[in-house]
Amino acid sequence: MNVMDTRSTSALLYLDGVHVSFDGFHAINNLSLALEPGEMRAIIGPNGAGKTTMMDIITGKTKPDEGTVLFDGKTDLTRLDETRIAELGIGRKFQKPTVFESQSVEDNLLLALNVDHSVRGTLFWRGSRGEAEQIDRVLETVRLKDVRRKLAGSLSHGQKQWLEIGMLLAQDPKLLLVDEPVAGMTDVETHQTAELLKEINRDHTVMVVEHDMTFVRELGVKVTCLHEGTVLAEGTIDQVSSNDRVIEVYLGR
Amino acid sequence: MAHVLTRSLDRAATIFVLVVAACGVLIPLSNLLLPAGSALQVPTYLVALWGKYVCYAILALSIDLIWGYCGILSLGHGAFFALGGYAMGMYLMRQIGTRGVYGNPILPDFMVFLNYSKLPWYWHGFDMFWFAALMVLVVPGLLAFCFGWLAFRSRVTGVYLSIITQAMTYALLLAFFRNDFGFGGNNGLTDFKDILGFNVQAEGTRAALFALSCLALILAFLICRAVVSSKLGKVLIAIRDAESRTRFLGYRVESYKLFVFTLSACMAGVAGALYVPQVGIINPSEFAPGNSIEAVIWVAVGGRGTLVGAALGAVVVNYAKTFFTSGVLAPYWLFMLGALFVLVTLLLPKGIIGTFNSWWDQLGSKRPNADSAAREDGVTEPKMAE
Repeated sequence: MNVMDTRSTSALLYLDGVHVSFDGFHAINNLSLALEPGEMRAIIGPNGAGKTTMMDIITGKTKPDEGTVLFDGKTDLTRLDETRIAELGIGRKFQKPTVFESQSVEDNLLLALNVDHSVRGTLFWRGSRGEAEQIDRVLETVRLKDVRRKLAGSLSHGQKQWLEIGMLLAQDPKLLLVDEPVAGMTDVETHQTAELLKEINRDHTVMVVEHDMTFVRELGVKVTCLHEGTVLAEGTIDQVSSNDRVIEVYLGR
Repeated sequence: MAHVLTRSLDRAATIFVLVVAACGVLIPLSNLLLPAGSALQVPTYLVALWGKYVCYAILALSIDLIWGYCGILSLGHGAFFALGGYAMGMYLMRQIGTRGVYGNPILPDFMVFLNYSKLPWYWHGFDMFWFAALMVLVVPGLLAFCFGWLAFRSRVTGVYLSIITQAMTYALLLAFFRNDFGFGGNNGLTDFKDILGFNVQAEGTRAALFALSCLALILAFLICRAVVSSKLGKVLIAIRDAESRTRFLGYRVESYKLFVFTLSACMAGVAGALYVPQVGIINPSEFAPGNSIEAVIWVAVGGRGTLVGAALGAVVVNYAKTFFTSGVLAPYWLFMLGALFVLVTLLLPKGIIGTFNSWWDQLGSKRPNADSAAREDGVTEPKMAE
């Protein structure tokens, strides 16, 4: 149905000629982008460049008016809803940290684990050693082991960001979409987050949207600059930041 | 299966079950065995009155399950309660037989009065108790399933969902008021004679109905506890707090909502079915939107998201209602109810039990070496991790 016969691209995520408009406003305009498996890509761009809308399209929250969005070279994401896309292995961290505030850090991770998500499966669920170990590993990675029993709502802003990244790890997706992970973080936390994402990138494909240029520089990966819903420049951070058009629109000079 | 039940019985739940069980045994025994007029004897009118409260408590539990744990604010749950009540009422009507005013062996009095020539098709089978009992679950459950399937799949949430649940119960109110709808119109169903061969007016039957209501309350409570203490309960809370996040984790939110909504409607139906033989009448006013709103207030007063609180709220508010509407303050009851809701929202946003729980936890955290980390309420100063 939505699975094509043959793989048409080697890219894990492939967007081609995508258009979206809201009430006549062209949020995404002929956007084309390809992410290879194992890659980490930073997406930059001024406000309103369409970064978050692009993530909405990939995760099924927004349907594009036209264009192709392929996952793993064969699955058409434009036909699926959020749940199906999450099941395929695309995880998303929101711009504003969104964790389940009234539940403990552990329970947040438990909910994120990539296990049986059916009503019956969760009703008769019982914890297993494997799940507990996986939660321990994630807690270790995101440095939240000491606060595992605390309510997520009582965490600091930075810790919430990490918890949400931890939930992505527990979900163990093939592709992680990370929207502004260091917004509101201190310099130390920003540095730690860059380290964390690099660690995660060892066995996951990652797409990071971020404003913070120091952070993007620290990641040291290929950068795509969006402007008015289309790709303006692509390359290393030095190439992109020396591009005349990028300087013009991004830095407002 | 067993682990689901054992997990659900924590200390508060055990205490609740024991208290309800004790009431369910002692009150009927005191009513039947002690001589009338004795200080410890519970008069029959009180048994019937408290039986009504117990039914309301089941309704409150069913509302708390969806509102307190899944964030679905139904302002039409009285409809499921009333439908369960009508199913039981139809059985009781068919039991009257030739003892009715017109003595028709098949047709209930109101049908003879309205010149029905034969029993409408949907009245067939209600002469059998097992069929009526099944319908008590199936009719509210099916309505909730269809309603929920349409609403949740279209992602109708929040205040919009509340409004359409109000519309649903109001539509049913209007339908049941019609004489040609076949359920007794304005007067509803009444003049019941017996249930399973026992006289509904007899003291023994009333005591047994009270005990059964307590048993149903315990069962409903255990089912709710089993649901909310499982991983499914965590998913429900996740949906309540951040619905789209839950979706992005790969949970099919609409299936979860549909499951609890249907389960909750079935519970409300059982509450209605136990209510009708104890009050002796069911009429369309049970569908009144105000009834459903009142039931939501019970839950808010007792403590939304605490099952014991919901049951307690139903009993406390209804006791107050009985108390105040029988005195000089009777005309002002609705104002008092409204004021109560405003006060609870402002002063006790967690309700009676919720406030008690936070107070208890704070007390616990002041004691040295108390392990209170698991239940901190988010009011503590957030600390930075190193």
